[in-house]
Amino acid sequence: MEANIFQYGFIVKGLLGVVFASITAGLIGAYIVSKRLVFLSGGITHASFGGIGIGYFVGINPIVGAAVFAIFSALGIEYLSGKQKIREDSAIGILWAFGMATGIIFIYLTPGYSPNLMSYLFGSILTVTNADIVALGIMSVILILYFSVFYRTILYISFDEVFARTYSSYVDIFKYITTSLIALTIVLNIRMAGVVLVISLLTIPPNIAMLFTKVYYKIVIWSIIAGFAGTATGYVISYFAGIPVGATIIFTLVIIWAIAKCVKQLAEKIAKSDPGGIRSSRI
Amino acid sequence: MACLFEMHSLSASYDTNIVLQDVNFYVNENDFVGVIGPNGGGKTTLLKVILGLLKPVKGEIIFNKELLDGNKIGYLPQISTGDLSYPVTVTDVILSGLMLQKRVFSRMSVSDKKKAAMIIEELGLAGMSGATLNELSGGQMQRVFLGRAIIGDPKLLLLDEPGNFVDTTFENDFYEKLKDLNKRMAILMVSHDVGTISAHIKSFACVNRSLHYHPSNEITYKDLLVYGCPVQLVAHGDIPHTVLKYH
Repeated sequence: MEANIFQYGFIVKGLLGVVFASITAGLIGAYIVSKRLVFLSGGITHASFGGIGIGYFVGINPIVGAAVFAIFSALGIEYLSGKQKIREDSAIGILWAFGMATGIIFIYLTPGYSPNLMSYLFGSILTVTNADIVALGIMSVILILYFSVFYRTILYISFDEVFARTYSSYVDIFKYITTSLIALTIVLNIRMAGVVLVISLLTIPPNIAMLFTKVYYKIVIWSIIAGFAGTATGYVISYFAGIPVGATIIFTLVIIWAIAKCVKQLAEKIAKSDPGGIRSSRI
Repeated sequence: MACLFEMHSLSASYDTNIVLQDVNFYVNENDFVGVIGPNGGGKTTLLKVILGLLKPVKGEIIFNKELLDGNKIGYLPQISTGDLSYPVTVTDVILSGLMLQKRVFSRMSVSDKKKAAMIIEELGLAGMSGATLNELSGGQMQRVFLGRAIIGDPKLLLLDEPGNFVDTTFENDFYEKLKDLNKRMAILMVSHDVGTISAHIKSFACVNRSLHYHPSNEITYKDLLVYGCPVQLVAHGDIPHTVLKYH
């Protein structure tokens, strides 16, 4: 009986984790892919590992440490590349390695049992706590509200910042809020996919969506759906095959992307060889 | 004729580098002013000051609040301030011109979208409303950005080097369109291409750190000599073609 309840809770937790990960990764993923911030996001992810190490060392929740590191490195990269005139990709490269180095040093300095590094590097649903799920849930709500209430403003600042400045004095505020939300989303998803793999969780679903639509909000919706399909399938496979969940999810997503790409190319070929078809008559 | 804005002994600079000095300038309703001058002479800076992107370090710019209410200025920037491969449709780009009248949380109404459709039609972009920018030609792209600049019915339209990405087939249409728009709004057009624009403008301003306003579209040798504008002179009618040396 006890085992069943445990199992039931485990499944519910996993399902909620998958749903919230898809929502947060879909919303933020569509943004970073459209705005070409994938490398920046990769930098933020790895820099946050420094926070995980320091979190262990001082005995606070490593995810809190990671969140602080992620936000400061995200804003730091914007500051360094903006005001200090350091090339942005170089600034990212420096903070990327600095975060990893800091993390490793502090984890080695932590006395006693060395924590389960693997679960942070590659993700593990087993170590996901209820608090993590609640945090991801709250993040989902915040992101849905943020992107739906300020849809046009966010879209247009992201598309053409220079023009946006001609009508809005809120451009910088929105940029800083969005950057912070990117950092927090990455950190909360580290539990699911791990430092090394989380960037793919953000990048692959929008790329699947963008094969089929060019309208921003549709990209977001399809990213969430594709993300859910990939994460849920990967989660189930990893559960039954006993392989790491993060890696399985990414593997599944890449397979979905490859299939979608083939389907699209096939559809284009058919449309081309059918000049009187629906596509050409609609245009 | 009512004045849209006036600048009084205005100076603007980037850090310590003074780009505009002691500028006195005004634009009236229905003016069509060409802004000419050498590269780095401060033409774009002048637009930035009008748009409020750059605060003057000295002097002031006074807007006619009745005519330019809510900063009703349309702006066509130089090419590619936006990301051309961004997943945003022609309709959405044109609609973004309405953001200066909207709040950060506003949505686009049905009438906004109808208006965008009308402008798409008017600018000869029919059938492209759902396309992204990288699917368009340079001239089509420019028309999209022109649509974004005029959808808010501005009283003042600022054009920064619109000749840069005009394809020749559209060039005449483009200036015809501007002439048409000029009936509803004043136009201030930055260009280094004096020859092309002088046929279309009503007056011109010569910007090279200082600004000199000429209330006709005839750029004479004397103008250039007195005000020291090192620009190429390609004039019309009786005035001979002259190329001035740098000084």
